[in-house]
Amino acid sequence: MTSEAVPAGSQSIRETARSRDVSPWRRLLLRPEVGALLGAIIVWVVFAVLAWDRGFVSARGVATYLEVAAQLGILAVAVALLMIAGEFDLSVGSIIGAGSVIAALIPTQLGINFWWGIVTALVFSLLIGFVNGVVVVRTALPSFIVTLASLFIIRGITIGTTRLVTGRTQVGGLQNVPGFESAATIFAYDIPLFGAAFPVSIIWWIVVAAISTWVLLRTQLGNWIFAVGGNPVAARMVGVPVRRVKILLFMNTALAAWLVAMIEITSARSADVLRGEQREFYAIIAAVIGGVLLTGGYGTVIGAVLGALIYGMVRQGVVFAGIDADWVAAVLGAMLLAAVLVNRYVRQRALGARE
Amino acid sequence: MSDSTTAPVMNGHAGSERVLDVPKGTRLLALENASKYFGSVIALEDVSMDLKAGEVHALLGDNGAGKSTLIKILSGVYQPDEGRYLVGDEEVHFNSPRDALARGIATVYQDLAMIPLMGISRNFFLGQEPEKGWGPFKRFDLQTANAITREELHKMGIEIRDPEHAVGTLSGGERQSVAIARAVYFGANVLILDEPTAALGVKEAAVVLKYIAQARARNLGVVFITHNVHHAYPIADRFTILNRGRSYGTFEKNDVSREQVVQMMAGGEDLERLGNELEEFARLDAEKHARLTPVAAETDVSMMQMGRELENEGDRVSG
Repeated sequence: MTSEAVPAGSQSIRETARSRDVSPWRRLLLRPEVGALLGAIIVWVVFAVLAWDRGFVSARGVATYLEVAAQLGILAVAVALLMIAGEFDLSVGSIIGAGSVIAALIPTQLGINFWWGIVTALVFSLLIGFVNGVVVVRTALPSFIVTLASLFIIRGITIGTTRLVTGRTQVGGLQNVPGFESAATIFAYDIPLFGAAFPVSIIWWIVVAAISTWVLLRTQLGNWIFAVGGNPVAARMVGVPVRRVKILLFMNTALAAWLVAMIEITSARSADVLRGEQREFYAIIAAVIGGVLLTGGYGTVIGAVLGALIYGMVRQGVVFAGIDADWVAAVLGAMLLAAVLVNRYVRQRALGARE
Repeated sequence: MSDSTTAPVMNGHAGSERVLDVPKGTRLLALENASKYFGSVIALEDVSMDLKAGEVHALLGDNGAGKSTLIKILSGVYQPDEGRYLVGDEEVHFNSPRDALARGIATVYQDLAMIPLMGISRNFFLGQEPEKGWGPFKRFDLQTANAITREELHKMGIEIRDPEHAVGTLSGGERQSVAIARAVYFGANVLILDEPTAALGVKEAAVVLKYIAQARARNLGVVFITHNVHHAYPIADRFTILNRGRSYGTFEKNDVSREQVVQMMAGGEDLERLGNELEEFARLDAEKHARLTPVAAETDVSMMQMGRELENEGDRVSG
């Protein structure tokens, strides 16, 4: 046995290095969000044709569907990050309900500044996210079950408490509490543009998406998110703090739910215990349409943004086209199925499946 | 190559060209009379072994022989219930694989080496991402990561078009090689390789063996766990053979033939009778097959071919 250095790259190794150049066009087609981009274009074209002269393409039309898309999009972006890390959060809808009621009850019942309610709701939401995360990582139960349980627990307590305190399930008159004006400016300001009113929630959506995509693709935490979803055991072996990453992302979805709740109650000037109902499903649909893999480890924030945009255009498009809104659910379901099929194909290609 | 941007977990961190700077043959780690029990089950009893710089130490044993328990003790997942674990001359008590990593002991698991859907460079630097920027704007320095990954793989003879391509596009052997390169790059002095050639074809296994030989040439200590004698024999300097939780001892390659190793792995004389019976079955089967189809015979030939190729490869590498 000798300790001579062995020359690398002799013949039999070279043979294993085979790959071919892939055209930029093909590479573009392999991105996870390409299906969602095509879907968004198709949906826009369909409704542009159906409702061109009914205002779908007008500034007012754009503002309406962007508002719907923004409120779902803020949530979908956070849900996408969590799903890439391999977990679900079904409790976000109930956090929206609970957060909005807490933020509304505190100033109206106690007669104190609105901001106390907003901050309390924030702390409450982060706490719920933290508890969700800790229960999931400690018990190793599927997050689907854990957060399904918290969905029902939180929704039940919200309805029960609100009826106990007010005798109703709604809290109105928010515009009269001190501090409402400043909160409404931050969460529900309308920006006049091209003769239409664009709600500031669109800006929030863009900011949340921009930060999230930067974190996911350009930071150490982002690399850990992919790894935690791709293979948690392997990730732990190389020193990734798997549990902390997951808990952080559960808190992040709760934070997004809080932001959506604040936007909704400041623009509606009232809170409702049923606010956010079924939003968890729409957020997951948006993320999946955007190419996020249900089993984790794969997906993009931009995809979830496009998924939410598709949702907004479908939801408002049918209204502009004069179609009964009952059809929205069917269209979304069909798109979800189509998206999953397209995304599976794209992913197999990305892994170099043979033609 | 810049290592100022990241805080290495392991000591060293001088790239894969690094040569371990101790005399060849220096003892890197040792296990003395180690036992491990799980309730009433004896997973490992009174096992001793040591690892020297610049050697490949094969840990052989059939399924259930206690190989996994031994690796997990070496890599810090378990602590021995009895006996001592020494790194250098110092007794250690590892609480996690991270403690072992900090002492330069890196383990590459067969199926946990890489995350297939992530890019190659993202995998390579997972957990030790180079960062640049300041405060909240600190970011993963992908350019540096990509450049180093491409360079390190090039040194191993793996040419990649794009370091951001998914690891799933690499072959099984390339994945193992990248995982080994990563451990070496981040400063491992001891490589513990769990069945690195198990699911690989002949050529791919040869690539991995070649890389193991390179690590040895840089004076690293390699523990090579396998149940496949034909992969271990050509490359290993010493063998420790486990059977039912106990060790048959450590043997120099010169003192033991391949057949003796196989026999010890199988459990010795007890199994010899069974072996004879099996041979008889195999002979009958072969006769039947030879009558029915010529393919079976060809398969046998290709297995022998594979063994020979590996042996030549090993001789060439170590010669």
